Amino acid sequence: MSILVIAEHDNSSLKPATLNTITAAQSIGGDIDLLIAGADCGGAANEATKVSGIGRVLVADNPAYGHRLAENIAPLIAEVGASYSHILAPATTTGKNIIPRVAALLDVQAISDISSVESADTFKRPIYAGNIIATVQSSDSIKVLTVRTTAFDAVSAEGGTASIEALTSIHNSGNSSFIGEELAVSERPELTAARVVISGGRGMASSDNFQLLEKLADKLGGAVGASRAAVDAGFVPNDMQVGQTGKIVAPDLYIAVGISGAIQHLAGMKDSKVIVAINKDEEAPIFQMADYGLVADLFDVVPELNTKL
Amino acid sequence: MKVLVAVKRVVDYNVKVRPTADGSGVDLNNVKMSINPFCEIAVEEAVRLKEKDPATEIVAVSIGPQQAQEQIRTSLALGADRGILIKSDTDLEPLAIAKCLKAICDQESPDLILMGKQSIDGDNNQTGQMLGALTGYPQGTFASELIVEGGKAKVTREVDGGLQTVGLSLPAIVTTDLRLNEPRYASLPNIMKAKKKPLDTTSPEELGIDTTPRVTTLKVEPPPERAAGIKVADVDDLLYKLKNEAKVIS
Repeated sequence: MSILVIAEHDNSSLKPATLNTITAAQSIGGDIDLLIAGADCGGAANEATKVSGIGRVLVADNPAYGHRLAENIAPLIAEVGASYSHILAPATTTGKNIIPRVAALLDVQAISDISSVESADTFKRPIYAGNIIATVQSSDSIKVLTVRTTAFDAVSAEGGTASIEALTSIHNSGNSSFIGEELAVSERPELTAARVVISGGRGMASSDNFQLLEKLADKLGGAVGASRAAVDAGFVPNDMQVGQTGKIVAPDLYIAVGISGAIQHLAGMKDSKVIVAINKDEEAPIFQMADYGLVADLFDVVPELNTKL
Repeated sequence: MKVLVAVKRVVDYNVKVRPTADGSGVDLNNVKMSINPFCEIAVEEAVRLKEKDPATEIVAVSIGPQQAQEQIRTSLALGADRGILIKSDTDLEPLAIAKCLKAICDQESPDLILMGKQSIDGDNNQTGQMLGALTGYPQGTFASELIVEGGKAKVTREVDGGLQTVGLSLPAIVTTDLRLNEPRYASLPNIMKAKKKPLDTTSPEELGIDTTPRVTTLKVEPPPERAAGIKVADVDDLLYKLKNEAKVIS
């Protein structure tokens, strides 16, 4: 079997999600090549050659691929991927945007968000907001998959000796263009990669109160997340949302503050190693899955934590 | 400008679904069905485009059983002009659905196709992108803002690190995220009017689409239960346990 993994990167460096996707590829088994499509992406390509477990790093370096527009990248992946048995990408917004377009170009039914590899053609994936786990088998000749990165460990970013191969094929559909982006700038670790995540819910009551959680996050070297209720209430921006329709996280320590525990939120964090819930409502569903529950007013407890840590 | 909106009939988001006793599928007996929330946002966006002028006609299309008519009628009550039901009694995969929608695009030549980013049953998040590949149209997925003017669509997308804005030439496909808008409630007069709006029925066979499944569901099961833990007395107790028992802080 031969597997093509689509790298997640920002041209200058490789994103950690790539390393988890390679582990999923290894559990399928076979030769693994990594595709890097970008513009001036030599930095990411060089990092990729050091990643353990990779045979070749295929690099398509062209302005058309600079912002990962699906209209340009999907035909490239479909062309390169046609000779592989599997095409895998992380289930990030980039992967989810591009991979189904690749699958349809290859006349393949893609499988989204796999959380386990049962065999080369059989996978597990969550459906119904994570309330059901389905085991599905593909009969397509090429398996096109996105990978739930929190379900797989990362391979080592060091120790590999892959060769670089330049791809010259250029696809530029001309019907879409990049206008701009507003990316959140934070000193804290990225939500999906953080070892500690502190999330606030509707109980935080205001945008300003999230500073309490930021302080706690800084003490623990963690990231700050939020429930959909807190996002919908306008306390924090959408990219902080943890849940089935937001980010899926699985840190070593997850602290849910003022979060009741709606199904859609639980689906985004239930694979965390240790879950702490702080809520003044002792009936809150979050306590049913918390390892440590503290029934108390968050406005008393969080400042106390900040002092004692 | 003609807008095509795709809507799906799904289990209502308030229903907690369970696997059937034999684990072969999801128990859908007597559960409430509704329009997929993301699709409802797509319908609302189409109606707003019509109110602001660029859109002149909204066609709502659904693929599903005869009862999916209800979700088309909901869309008509919200402001769509006519409906098309592609009747199928088996659950179709996103690729087959995208092929059906491609056939409708060939018939209707819409300038804009609006749809939800994913349905809350299968959680696939594929159909819009697949329709993009089949039609060659550009795609603006996970949209939180849409501006249509001068034959172009400007789409702000919710991406992992924040927001990304792309320009798409029409015809284009836009899939909706939660923050694009807040759908209105249909008024009673509009619900009554919707009953008289035209609704055509066709089928994948009539459209010449091969819907043979590519993926077989072998088993469905509930996710592994996470055992409930313990309640701690106070902050000191919590910190002690996190340090000495769970060993996640030092």
